[in-house]
Amino acid sequence: MTVLQLPWLELSIAIAICGSLFVSRWRDPSRAYHWGLVCIGVVFACTLVAWLGYYLGVTDDELNRFSPQLKLFGRRLFSLDELSSPLVPTVALLHFLTALATARTKMRRYSFSWSLAAEAIRLATFSCEEPWVVVGLLAVATVPPYIELVNRNRPTRVYVLHMALFVTLLIGGWSLVAAAGGSYTSSQANIGTILLMAAILVRCGSIPAHCWVTDWFEHASFGIGLLFVVPLSGVYAAVRLVLPIAPEWGLRGIGLISLATAVYASGMSIVQRDARRFFAYLFLSHASLVLVGLELRTPLSLTASLCLWFSEMLSLGGFGLALRALEARFGRLSLVKFQGLYSHSPSLAVCFMLTGLACVGFPATVGFISTELLVDSAVSFSSSVCVAVLAATALNGISIVRAYLLLFTGARHVSAVSLEIGLRERIAVLTLAALILGGGIFPQPGVSSRYQAAEEILQRRDQAKLAETKPPTEMQPISK
Amino acid sequence: MPDVDQVLRALGIVVVTAPLVFTVLLGLSSIIGRRLSEEATTRLGHGTIVTGLTAAITILGIMLWYDKHHVEIQLGNWVKIQQHGTPTGESEAPGEAGNHDTATHDTVGHDPNGQEIATHETAAGAATAGPADEPSAGGEEHHHLYHFSVKVVFDRLSVPFAILSFVLSGTIGAFASQYVHREPGFNRFFVLYAIFVQGMVLTALAGTIETLFTGWEMVGLSSILLVAFYQERPAPPRNALWVWVVYRVSDAALLLAAVVMHHLKGEGDFDRFLGQGEWPRQVSALDPQQALIVGLLLLVAIAGKSALVPFSGWLPRAMEGPTPSSAVFYGALSVHLGAFLLLRISPLLDVSPVLSVAVVMLGLMTAIVAHMAGGVQTDIKSALSFASLVQVGIIVSEIGLGMRYVPLIHLLGHACLRTLQFIRAPTLLQDYRTLENAIGEHLPHGQAGIERYRIWLYRWSIERAYLDSILSEYILYPFLRIFRWCDGMERRWTDFLSRGTSRDSDQVQSAAGGIDELA
Repeated sequence: MTVLQLPWLELSIAIAICGSLFVSRWRDPSRAYHWGLVCIGVVFACTLVAWLGYYLGVTDDELNRFSPQLKLFGRRLFSLDELSSPLVPTVALLHFLTALATARTKMRRYSFSWSLAAEAIRLATFSCEEPWVVVGLLAVATVPPYIELVNRNRPTRVYVLHMALFVTLLIGGWSLVAAAGGSYTSSQANIGTILLMAAILVRCGSIPAHCWVTDWFEHASFGIGLLFVVPLSGVYAAVRLVLPIAPEWGLRGIGLISLATAVYASGMSIVQRDARRFFAYLFLSHASLVLVGLELRTPLSLTASLCLWFSEMLSLGGFGLALRALEARFGRLSLVKFQGLYSHSPSLAVCFMLTGLACVGFPATVGFISTELLVDSAVSFSSSVCVAVLAATALNGISIVRAYLLLFTGARHVSAVSLEIGLRERIAVLTLAALILGGGIFPQPGVSSRYQAAEEILQRRDQAKLAETKPPTEMQPISK
Repeated sequence: MPDVDQVLRALGIVVVTAPLVFTVLLGLSSIIGRRLSEEATTRLGHGTIVTGLTAAITILGIMLWYDKHHVEIQLGNWVKIQQHGTPTGESEAPGEAGNHDTATHDTVGHDPNGQEIATHETAAGAATAGPADEPSAGGEEHHHLYHFSVKVVFDRLSVPFAILSFVLSGTIGAFASQYVHREPGFNRFFVLYAIFVQGMVLTALAGTIETLFTGWEMVGLSSILLVAFYQERPAPPRNALWVWVVYRVSDAALLLAAVVMHHLKGEGDFDRFLGQGEWPRQVSALDPQQALIVGLLLLVAIAGKSALVPFSGWLPRAMEGPTPSSAVFYGALSVHLGAFLLLRISPLLDVSPVLSVAVVMLGLMTAIVAHMAGGVQTDIKSALSFASLVQVGIIVSEIGLGMRYVPLIHLLGHACLRTLQFIRAPTLLQDYRTLENAIGEHLPHGQAGIERYRIWLYRWSIERAYLDSILSEYILYPFLRIFRWCDGMERRWTDFLSRGTSRDSDQVQSAAGGIDELA
């Protein structure tokens, strides 16, 4: 037996849940911060070891020996596969860095208890393949953000209406699909699939159901807002629930809506007058580009999409953290006037630019190869799709540099105190910067891993199609 | 004793990595907040340029001595996805490069065990496999679903341009170390300068369209950040944003061209679509229609980068940057990058007469507009920038007319002359005064040719042929109006859903001046 055979994934989820309960006891924000950070750090370490175990080839049988899941559920509900193995530690890392980079002035607002609870749900979602459990977790994941809004005395109607729609469509859709009993071409299953696809589009913020994302960023605290959207749980649902069963026309429909959203959101990001709204549209554009890749259904496009997903988590996460650090110093940031913040925080300016450029696939950053792959696969599909993808990336590039110029250039901001980046924030953004540059300079391991995941997903889709022609059986998991 | 190919490979790597080391050292020290001193930065810059230049000149010497006209150095696959079997990240063996159907080229590479070997490819080798298929060790066929190879090429086009890049960058680096001495942005200037040099060298030596795109983007980003160098004034960032918009259009066109080429030929190596042989005697493998499509896309990219019509308006805006960067970017190197790319893809022009005509017309129009606009400029840097543009237009026309060496020599000579003029520009009045004191009388003032023209022509010229106005009026403002309208509708929708005011951001206040051509 080796240490890697211990149930690290289960441990990480359990620590997040227990940590949430434990931290909720502390009323002093400083103590809550310290204990919260310890818990989130331990959770991240556990997910990292779990990933290492998967990467080094620890088998399911070896994990089953110590896993409490068999006793609790009778089977393994939560496990890593080729798709989720890098996503789970990345989600945990984002949580850790967001917590680490929380400024003292914001500690009171940032609820570590709810953050840990949301992390537990997210980790469980990303490590689960069981459709009903995924549906349940996605539905439950909408609760902590609602509580965040209520606690901050912010309007909740836009969020609640959209999430209610999402949960209804999701549960209704999967109920119909499940009731069809493996016959994915029956009208019942088709209606279910359409509802599921609509749910995914709502969750990913595709037009016309995208306003909840901008509204969410308007009212939530930036850190919580970031963690709720950046992991792209909607895309995960699309991969696990929709992609294996959706008909070609359905995927094409999602693809077209996502493409339109990508271009629309990138255009909207250019005219925004507030940094948070700008970030929200930037996120919408990238989330939609990830969906575009998924719906093209080729190994290359799927690889591109998965690479883009991973790179967006890092780069948009880093970009959001840079914006959040700026907000902690200067308050809500306007994009109407030049702010002249460079001289106070040149390191933040560099990180802002670096992570922003990584979002749009600048060479030597983690997003470069993903964008290249996506454009390359789009051109095989249709030249108009390719042009739209390029237009979206070009517009995103323009909006990022516009935001940079507006925030960091102009007459010097006058301040009596130092507004330079703090050590914890520096560690957070440098960690992400290192991953962004490392992934950009040595992209092959990441691309290989995502290609294998893409093959697994397509294999699953083929399996589902085959199952339809045969008597209905339970879908077999793809072995490592 | 290493053979000549091993020496060439080593030198080629030095040429590419010297600026890379400079960029990485400056970049990392800036990111971690431990900036190098001015002296260390200057010395590092000098060392980089001298090392790269020496290696490039040595390569030129070896090529001349051994009568080699075309040397390819395969640095491996950055990314490779194989359809069957596990994707691998090993460096591509020269055997793979050897599959390329070259008849006379020298390809220097590594075998999988790291042994350096050189292959002299033959036409027979060409037929062994298609562009994307290769047999594995076990005999199983792997199909490249995708690969991104990094290859540099030393030939009669790239070597002079790389040497020019090093010479002018070195000159400007030395000049700038005095010019921005003790400026708060000294470190920022040299970080961007390092990225620029790296981008120029990569672009000059690129053997694949993807490698070229990487360098092209680096040049673009460093350029606009240097335009915004004096960032406390509103005009530089505003102009930088305009230049960036044009560059993004240009980059998108280049990327699209790259993808179309990839799609047509399975990979982005220049010799796949520009044909075999040495520059400029290649014969393109594309048919006229394909050449026209790819060529037109590249022409948009070239027009954006070299400020050809209708994108000429960004060039005087770019003069907001410090004089050394204006000199090396917009007077000498960056502005010629489009012409360089045109020379690189010149085999496409031979295939498509329509494309050649388009190139000639674009060059001539640019030269005319730049001449007229340059005649009415009132500041020396703008006048020089338009003078540069006149020459770039002529160089482009020369390429369109089928010349190859003439425009190359024109380009090299013009870049050197213009750099000299730019770096003398800040002291022009002093120079005039010295000259007049020496000769004891005033220098004759030339009659501006434009004064002879009618007033409307004068206005046309001073408005730079209304190119920026046209782009703003017909593309930019409608774009902004549409999206602002959408923003307004979204506001109404979320207000309706929230039953009240939905946007906290409306209350956000800030100080200082607005940006707005794009606001």
